[in-house]
Amino acid sequence: MMEWIAALVPALLTEHAPAVLVVAPLLLAAVAALMPEGRSAWAIALVGTLVSAVLSIVVAVDVQTGGVVSYALGGWEPPVGIEFRADALNAALLLLVSGLGLLSVVYALPSVADEIEPHKRALFYSAFLVCFSGLLGVAITGDAFNMFVFLEISSISTYVLVGMGAGQDRRALTAAYNYLILGTIGATFFVIGVGFLYMATGTLNMADIATRLPDLSGSRVVQAAFAFIIVGLGLKAAMFPLHLWLPNAYAFAPNFVTIFLASTATKVAFYTLIRFLFDVFYPDAAFVQASFVWVFAVLGVIGMIAASVQAVFQSDARRLLAFSSVAQVGYMMLGLGMGSAAGISAGLLHLMNHAMMKGALFMALGGFAIRFGVRRISDLNGLGRTMPATAVAFTIAALSLVGLPATIGFWSKWYLGIAALEQGWWWALAAIIISSILAFFYAGRLLLAVWIAKSPEHHGVPARARSPMMMIVPLWILAAANIWFFFDPEPLLALARAAADAAITGAGQ
Amino acid sequence: MVELIAERFNFIVVIILMMTGLYAVVATGNLVKRLVGLSLFQTSVFLLYITLSNVAGGLPPILPADAGYGGEGGHGGDAAHGGDAAYGEAAAQGTDVIYSNPLPHVLILTAIVVGVATLAVGLALVVRIRETYGTIEDEAINRADYAIDSEEKSS
Repeated sequence: MMEWIAALVPALLTEHAPAVLVVAPLLLAAVAALMPEGRSAWAIALVGTLVSAVLSIVVAVDVQTGGVVSYALGGWEPPVGIEFRADALNAALLLLVSGLGLLSVVYALPSVADEIEPHKRALFYSAFLVCFSGLLGVAITGDAFNMFVFLEISSISTYVLVGMGAGQDRRALTAAYNYLILGTIGATFFVIGVGFLYMATGTLNMADIATRLPDLSGSRVVQAAFAFIIVGLGLKAAMFPLHLWLPNAYAFAPNFVTIFLASTATKVAFYTLIRFLFDVFYPDAAFVQASFVWVFAVLGVIGMIAASVQAVFQSDARRLLAFSSVAQVGYMMLGLGMGSAAGISAGLLHLMNHAMMKGALFMALGGFAIRFGVRRISDLNGLGRTMPATAVAFTIAALSLVGLPATIGFWSKWYLGIAALEQGWWWALAAIIISSILAFFYAGRLLLAVWIAKSPEHHGVPARARSPMMMIVPLWILAAANIWFFFDPEPLLALARAAADAAITGAGQ
Repeated sequence: MVELIAERFNFIVVIILMMTGLYAVVATGNLVKRLVGLSLFQTSVFLLYITLSNVAGGLPPILPADAGYGGEGGHGGDAAHGGDAAYGEAAAQGTDVIYSNPLPHVLILTAIVVGVATLAVGLALVVRIRETYGTIEDEAINRADYAIDSEEKSS
């Protein structure tokens, strides 16, 4: 089907697809900002995400048939010019970001109309398009400094989007402020690291850096660069001890923003970590090897358990899911820390699965919120009877989060467990099981409230309510994907394996 | 010792600025002061980049007006007359022009724009926080939010 869509795109556009898929939403953001009201701005956002999604498919098809796609911006050949470069890893990420971006924009119209004041809606969609374009830029660029610029384009607009939650809850403002401080520190650390790399190698093209680093792996400058880059990107990806900005940002942002961020932003940051660890830095160097085991695996495991424990004790439903997101980042870090092809592909599989399940969960919470203003877990009481369509999808995604069979969450944990055993890491397998049990408890708290607890009495007989069709459809697409890919995991597995192979063989080759 | 300091003077300044900025971000509870610290931290990085673009004895990386852009070493003798004589002669040789690296300056122009944008968004958020909470002190804000929480529980 992907080939069929790609064949529809005119040849001129196909040729410039890597650049247009980033630039189109950026330009449309300016148009959206000029719109007088929210609905037309929404239509523009829909067009922007749709164009990017189609062009991502074009790039992905190109990568499948012809290997690495390299696009020289402005005709300046790399390594002198800025290069957009897509291999299987980039292609998987582009598909993920643009696909979930498209779904969440479809969802956005009623949700944003409910939460954002009318005169701010056009600007809100504009900020979203800037953020979307920035994330795609990070996912496709082959230039280290360019990556910093795109990271900041997406981050700065994210701070704005999170702050827009202030209409519902004023704590969104402090959440956005704290995110801004930590996010900027992270980005600055990253740019210091890139500066050191430039100092050592004299180039900013990531593939070019990669070819020069093996000779320099004893250099202190390179090691310092490594430390700065890992901390900086770890902050952006909400790696365990650096996750403090995430729970509040997710809990108080508008629902649509939380859906989009939870399913894309940290994923993109995680991708940059993989890119730097395996492609830019020489993975056989002693300091990189040491970081796999002693930084990523250990912090991943601690994060999986500690954040899950925190999730169990939350009273705000979205904060609970946010802590669970931190724990899920822990799973991905563990996969990364194994440093083997199996580990990385398991981590990437979980990355894609987690985007689908968390997207569905936050969409369902948004659906509850638009009818009943739900925030706390106790507000969910009895919603299984009043809003069955949303509640069933919510349940599917929650079970997927726990990792029960018949949902894709099971495959994530299965492959991660197998990869851990291949390494002989029994403790990692134990941690996965403990964390899954904790997930069972926190997901169980949500599901108990939805299905078992009595609905509040004082409203009389609970009337059936339904969230708008435009919210139900994307929600059910994701929920159905959670089940579909359990029975047919091969496309996702192939995507994850190809991406992991691309990561390991590296940009240098 | 003096020589060591003189050699690395820029880097020492960078580190002092960087640590001052980072410390200010962590230590103060005032939201505006925190942004000031953050800006200082970012600015130190600009200085780091500019420092590493310096080449010992390098000329400003400006092509003389009549040298043209074909800097592949094939100018021939035309480039030698007029303009900056020293530069022109070296350019005529095609190889041993020593000039400072212009790339970090360009990068930092971009980074400055990013820094300004971040500061603007940060200050806008502080203005909104001041309007909503009536304070820009971290502790007072936390106290105000805690009051909300306990109200919700009691009602």
